[in-house]
Amino acid sequence: MTTSSVDAVAGCGEALVQLEHVVKDFPVKSGSFFARKRERVHAVADVSLDVRRGETLALVGETGCGKSTLARCIVRLHDLTAGRVLFDGHDISVASHAELRPFRRRMQMVFQDPYGSLNPRRRVGSIIGDPFAIHGVAHGAERLRRVQELMELVGLNSEHYNRFPGDFSGGQRQRVGIARAIALRPDFIVCDEPVSALDVSIRAQILNLLAELQDELGLTYLFISHDLSVVRHVSDRVAVMYLGAVVEVAPVGSLYGHARHPYTRALLSAMPVADSERAAAREEIVLTGDPPSPLDPPSGCRFHPRCPRAQARCASEALVLAPRLGDTAEHVAACHFPLADGEVLAAAAARAESL
Amino acid sequence: MTTPDRANGTPLLDVRGLHVAFTTPDGVLEAVRGISFSVDRGKVLGIVGESGSGKSVATQTMVGLTRGARVAGEAVFEGQDLLAMSPDQLRVIRGRGIAMIFQNPLSSLHPLYRIGWQIVEMIQAHEAATRRQARARAIELLGLVGIPRPDRRVDDYPHQFSGGMLQRAMIAMALALHPRLLIADEPTTALDVTVQAQILRLLRRVQQEFGTAIILITHDLGVIAEVADEVIVMYAGRAMEVAPRRELFRTPSHPYTRGLWHSIPRPDMEGARLTPIPGQPPSLIAPPPGCPFHPRCAEAVARCGADTPLLGALPGTERHLSACWLTEGGASP
Repeated sequence: MTTSSVDAVAGCGEALVQLEHVVKDFPVKSGSFFARKRERVHAVADVSLDVRRGETLALVGETGCGKSTLARCIVRLHDLTAGRVLFDGHDISVASHAELRPFRRRMQMVFQDPYGSLNPRRRVGSIIGDPFAIHGVAHGAERLRRVQELMELVGLNSEHYNRFPGDFSGGQRQRVGIARAIALRPDFIVCDEPVSALDVSIRAQILNLLAELQDELGLTYLFISHDLSVVRHVSDRVAVMYLGAVVEVAPVGSLYGHARHPYTRALLSAMPVADSERAAAREEIVLTGDPPSPLDPPSGCRFHPRCPRAQARCASEALVLAPRLGDTAEHVAACHFPLADGEVLAAAAARAESL
Repeated sequence: MTTPDRANGTPLLDVRGLHVAFTTPDGVLEAVRGISFSVDRGKVLGIVGESGSGKSVATQTMVGLTRGARVAGEAVFEGQDLLAMSPDQLRVIRGRGIAMIFQNPLSSLHPLYRIGWQIVEMIQAHEAATRRQARARAIELLGLVGIPRPDRRVDDYPHQFSGGMLQRAMIAMALALHPRLLIADEPTTALDVTVQAQILRLLRRVQQEFGTAIILITHDLGVIAEVADEVIVMYAGRAMEVAPRRELFRTPSHPYTRGLWHSIPRPDMEGARLTPIPGQPPSLIAPPPGCPFHPRCAEAVARCGADTPLLGALPGTERHLSACWLTEGGASP
């Protein structure tokens, strides 16, 4: 998104956030009342990933792949089951609430639903001023001045600070959410599907705003989305998640041009393109079935039951995300049989397909 | 039910001058303000528009699902005006003539009845089939839309199906009575991209194998590019542009269509900023005079705020229409 982040892509950007073997399970109850079983949903399974200063790292994947859970683990809205999260070199996964406080100022979140994330009974000025109140900075007239500054910065009329969220449209509410997130000048913002609920014409306004703010304030973004065309537009690097695991990480151009993991390739081929000729021309890999349950994930590579290239080894040997033959250090895929450039997956997929 | 003009030339559905208005506490909301279109047998018509453009209201009105609306115009389906029908007549058309599927399949299915039971019930409501026959048909249909082990899954409850499977089940139910027209209202919006690709492929197969005409309503130009033969772009209750799919994507004409186009991130943009359409969609209670898009249109001239342009063919084309004063397509009322 920014010119400074080009350095980060080249590999010399230092990590702002480091994830080391992050695991997050949720206990669930199942079975009948008398034969209660305690099971665990394996939402995030052993994810190691860096977010570099000044870059936009996108986290893509389908519903239930654990991308939002992972993001919430990073900002400590969830406690980890195992692993560590380092923010600017400090381990925040075991920090107490008091120890966490200075870091909370530096990491913020923008949510998907601009309706659900703003209290309808409070005026937007007071919503945007919340971070100031919580962290005890800027009081009275000074706070109002800074709230109005923020409103101007995100493209809202600063005279509307007295209005309620209900008086604003979806796009404007998302601007309110963004103003609140940048109030304390954070370093790092997790954008969880920030434009998914917005109409196409409004979506572009918000994407541009996020890009401008990144340039002006030197922000680092973790951008969560299921929309691959948006991700391609905003991100420097992309991490693809499937069923709790990161299966491929790569610079954006490399990922879209030379996807190595069969799941990534299938995901990209399913992406609708607003261009009738390109839609007709591209490789079409239709995956069969639905992702398996994270209650009982498949052994080995979690994608193997749906993978057209899967062999016996895929079911038995688990994988780590590491450079393999043909990978660069920047572009890694967790696959025993990664795709080479130009290799066609569709033929294998057609064989596996039942429809 | 009479079905004249099955052959030559007459469209399956011909909508002329459709207006739909609702009375709200804030005033009269004109959701659809005069649109005309037709659907040929076995073709896919895509209607694309943003929230509040009237794309869903227009089609729901035709099948009698907008109670309390003030409706004007006509919608002739196989020789009969749907808008002039009694609720009983419409009930016959719904299902046998026109079937619908919606964005959220879970809200269209009763959670406490088995999937198969609900399909059987629907078949028996319209046809004199025995339970056994209807059940056999339900299993066949579920298999047809790609549900694995349909003989077993037919006895599942809706919550036992995934989102993609539920949408398949809805399509199976919609096809049960061999409708000539299927209205699919945002059928893939709630689904993941890989599942979306499966459902779009299924819809295309339905069209090709059964010759079912489809009206596909969506906000996603990408979905339109996949399946539609002809496309209507709606904005604030009006059709702004109508064109065969290829022409719409190759040479979008109306400033609104072009604006939508530039709002979508595309592969060749490489980090450049998007060009959004400024401002917000207008209120439908007090819409702006003239062209409804003119307050947001960068190319608007004085006339755009005064007179409303109607759809007219672009020079050198027959089927590419645009409602804009700037192109020669804008015809005077």
